[in-house]
Amino acid sequence: MQWETVIGLEVHVQLATRSKIFSGASTAFGAEPNTQACAVDLGLPGVLPVLNEAAVAMAVKFGLAIHAEIPEVSVFDRKNYFYPDLPKGYQTSQMYQPIVGAGIVEITLEDGTTKPIRVHHAHLEEDAGKSLHEDFHGMTGVDLNRAGTPLLEIVSEPDMRSAKEAAAYLKAIHSIVTYLGISDGNMAEGSMRCDVNVSVRPQGQEAFGTRAEIKNVNSFRFVERAIAFEVERQIELLEDGGKVVQETRLFDPERDETRSMRTKEEANDYRYFPCPDLLPVVLDQAYIDHLRDNLPELPAEKRARFENELGLSAYDASVLSATREMADYFDEVKDVCGDAKQAANWVQGELSGALNREGLSIKDSPVSARQLGELLVRVIDDTINGKAAKQVFQALWNGQGASADDIIEAQGLKQVTDSGAIEAMIDQVIADSPAQVAQYRDAEPDKRGKMIGYFVGQVMKASRGTANPQQVNALLKEKLDA
Amino acid sequence: MHDKTLAELTRSLEAGEFSSRELTQHLLGRIDRLDGKLNSFITVTYDQALAAAEAADKARAAGEAGPLTGLPLALKDIFCTQGVKTTAGSRMLDNFISPYDATIVEKLEAAGTVSLGKTNMDEFAMGSSNENSHYGAVKNPWDLDAVPGGSSGGSAAAVASGLVPAAIGTDTGGSIRQPAAFCGITGLKPTYGRVSRYGMIAYASSLDQAGPMARSAEDCALLLGAMAGHDLRDSTCVARGVPDYTEELDTPLAGLKIGLPREYFGDGLDPQVEAAIREAIKVFESLGASVREVSLPHTHYAIPAYYVIAPAEASSNLSRFDGVRFGHRCDNPADLIDLYKRSRAEGFGDEVKRRILIGTHTLSEGFFDAYYKKAQQVRRLIRQDFLDAFEEVDVLMGPASPTPAFDLGAKKDPVSMYLQDIYTIAINLAGIPGMSVPAGFAGSRPIGLQILGSHFTEARLLNVAHQFQQATDWHRQRPAFAEENA
Repeated sequence: MQWETVIGLEVHVQLATRSKIFSGASTAFGAEPNTQACAVDLGLPGVLPVLNEAAVAMAVKFGLAIHAEIPEVSVFDRKNYFYPDLPKGYQTSQMYQPIVGAGIVEITLEDGTTKPIRVHHAHLEEDAGKSLHEDFHGMTGVDLNRAGTPLLEIVSEPDMRSAKEAAAYLKAIHSIVTYLGISDGNMAEGSMRCDVNVSVRPQGQEAFGTRAEIKNVNSFRFVERAIAFEVERQIELLEDGGKVVQETRLFDPERDETRSMRTKEEANDYRYFPCPDLLPVVLDQAYIDHLRDNLPELPAEKRARFENELGLSAYDASVLSATREMADYFDEVKDVCGDAKQAANWVQGELSGALNREGLSIKDSPVSARQLGELLVRVIDDTINGKAAKQVFQALWNGQGASADDIIEAQGLKQVTDSGAIEAMIDQVIADSPAQVAQYRDAEPDKRGKMIGYFVGQVMKASRGTANPQQVNALLKEKLDA
Repeated sequence: MHDKTLAELTRSLEAGEFSSRELTQHLLGRIDRLDGKLNSFITVTYDQALAAAEAADKARAAGEAGPLTGLPLALKDIFCTQGVKTTAGSRMLDNFISPYDATIVEKLEAAGTVSLGKTNMDEFAMGSSNENSHYGAVKNPWDLDAVPGGSSGGSAAAVASGLVPAAIGTDTGGSIRQPAAFCGITGLKPTYGRVSRYGMIAYASSLDQAGPMARSAEDCALLLGAMAGHDLRDSTCVARGVPDYTEELDTPLAGLKIGLPREYFGDGLDPQVEAAIREAIKVFESLGASVREVSLPHTHYAIPAYYVIAPAEASSNLSRFDGVRFGHRCDNPADLIDLYKRSRAEGFGDEVKRRILIGTHTLSEGFFDAYYKKAQQVRRLIRQDFLDAFEEVDVLMGPASPTPAFDLGAKKDPVSMYLQDIYTIAINLAGIPGMSVPAGFAGSRPIGLQILGSHFTEARLLNVAHQFQQATDWHRQRPAFAEENA
């Protein structure tokens, strides 16, 4: 039987506010345990939450970016359950009236085609703390630094049909939130985590199969692997005549498998009800319009501009718009050098290669966009040739000079275009290579093309790479063929 | 000196008849001698009180005294006070020393008041007799066999017996007004949102409100002025200017329109209470007020709606008492679930557990719509009843409680206890302000007149109560207990 996979994602994005969603404590990552938890975060008797306006603005920006409806009124609810890292015994979330309504996220598949994925809604909530099970000699430690960190939970419709689509969706969300600057998108630090709902059904069947929810998957790669495993598990189960149980499962990346955590029967009744300590959030149109007017250019718009206005290929446009850092970097290089194609080639070629080798992200690049742009100016105006340009790039990377011009000057890489000087070098090479000259002249004219490479190499060497290669080629031909 | 109102004490302090330190010492001595019989305090803060009194005397000497400088008071043990045990009357918090001050504690301190300590209360403010306290029942100083009312029973008893001239209480369903009535003092529950709830241990967040309990309406006006006002730490606290509540006290009542809710004078109302209230109304008529009957048709739904909404909120508010970070923790928990179960089983008393169970049930899947949602709809109707009535009249009047104080141990059945709040609960559901003012006696036990106004009309209520107190002396009566033991 042919099976179809059906996937829906709940993505939790940690919002990049300076303070927590309901208190003034800092949200910075990596502090000593429990040093960033104030009375409100600890859930002390008598404390009350106060909503952080920055978190609201960020959620609305996301909604606008996915063309979602932004309801005038949204309401915080309490989700009640006991856990040591949940200080109040409830999580303040939004169950019935979320801040962002239905929207659309467009994903780009590997073959370049796009597919719209519907977002059911997105809501604001507070994060819990962390339970630490190691180093406590059989006891559990609780770190409440993360408690109260604002999260935007983005809930998709079950519109994805493969692990690849799910990963592409996650990437699209990542790209939108980082473009908007509402999250650092750092998955390793937990800034984006997702719960994956997976079911399978016979190809052509309309009704959904029973789904399993895989909790807390925290990388693009793990999402694909968790889904792949889970789909296989469910199909095997069904083909053996079994039934999929509605349950929550955990993905174990070390064993590459999902394990049952709790079944529907064991599921909590969260007893949601409106939080009486918080007023409904009422957004007026002027506020929403102001946020809309100040949205940055988003990935899809950027891709279109790169393709249509700058004349880049669809592939280049999608690579360069993948992250805001990459796009901003490219835009600056292009603005400085004035040549989009050169800029695109260098950012995707030399720069990306070097970053990959060193395992750096573009925001940590030792060569700034301005420096690269200035270097390309010198390539375009023929001050240096391509080979020297690579040398200059390497020197910039190594911090051997502040600008391309400094390095060109210091290393004497300025391209020699004075034909007299080039001729002199050619004459010297011809004089020093009588055997090769004889061989060249004896060869059939159609073989000579390859043989001339030797002479070009010698001349370039003699010029320490600074001679204009086109000029060298032409003059050599002239002299040797004479 | 323990007999005076705040306003009178200020005049004495100004005249140099005694210092705040002398006053404070005198009252601390009375607490030592008398409170063994009353049990109105859970914690007495001797050292802090004397230090604050000395600071107040210095401020007065330096000419920096305000209207409340150097005046002693007591705080219901539901307000977090930095460095002082804050129990909410519960074993759960017997070991809890608050690391921070509630907003009203800060405000009252800034106004120069001198806190003598923390008063007894029904556990987590759940009760109408103060018998639900981990620290034992409080006695009514008018009759030691009677309850003082609840949940702010300790505050009411302490004020009535001359241990302290005023105290701060909280009122979720009548917890200021009913004990004020039972103990013959004046109590005000402000409009919801008038006073910050930050640092006040939550029972039912959408109903809780702190307010003054004192010997006169004038004193309540002085205290409310210091307590009220916007607080950025409480989202439900309203950003609205605080008037000088003493300014309108002397406004004559000629032309005042008083409504008597028909539903507040029906079955179950003690005849002596009814007689006293009718007498009080006559006093108002003699002051130039007109009286008419009005109807609050949804009154009989108030108790059922309250006992859905309040326990629902409480079941969630009390979840933080889990034995993990503060408060009672059981010995040697076997695992996490055991820690939760035993810590909470040992830490909470029966009435608290009962309300947590009710609230958990009404919020459960399958019951939420039938109970919680329906109760919220009823709440809107009840609120509308009041708004409609205030289209016709300026204030509503009736009894604060259907009976005078009952005997300790008399109400064994929780529902009969819940019915005690039949005239007070709807006011919290509607969010409007209400007062209880002494209006007579049934034998030795006081009777309270309840005065209700529309949202944010505290100044008017205080004016109405003050004018009544200018014409009567019920509020000047003191229990024999306070004098015999002086």
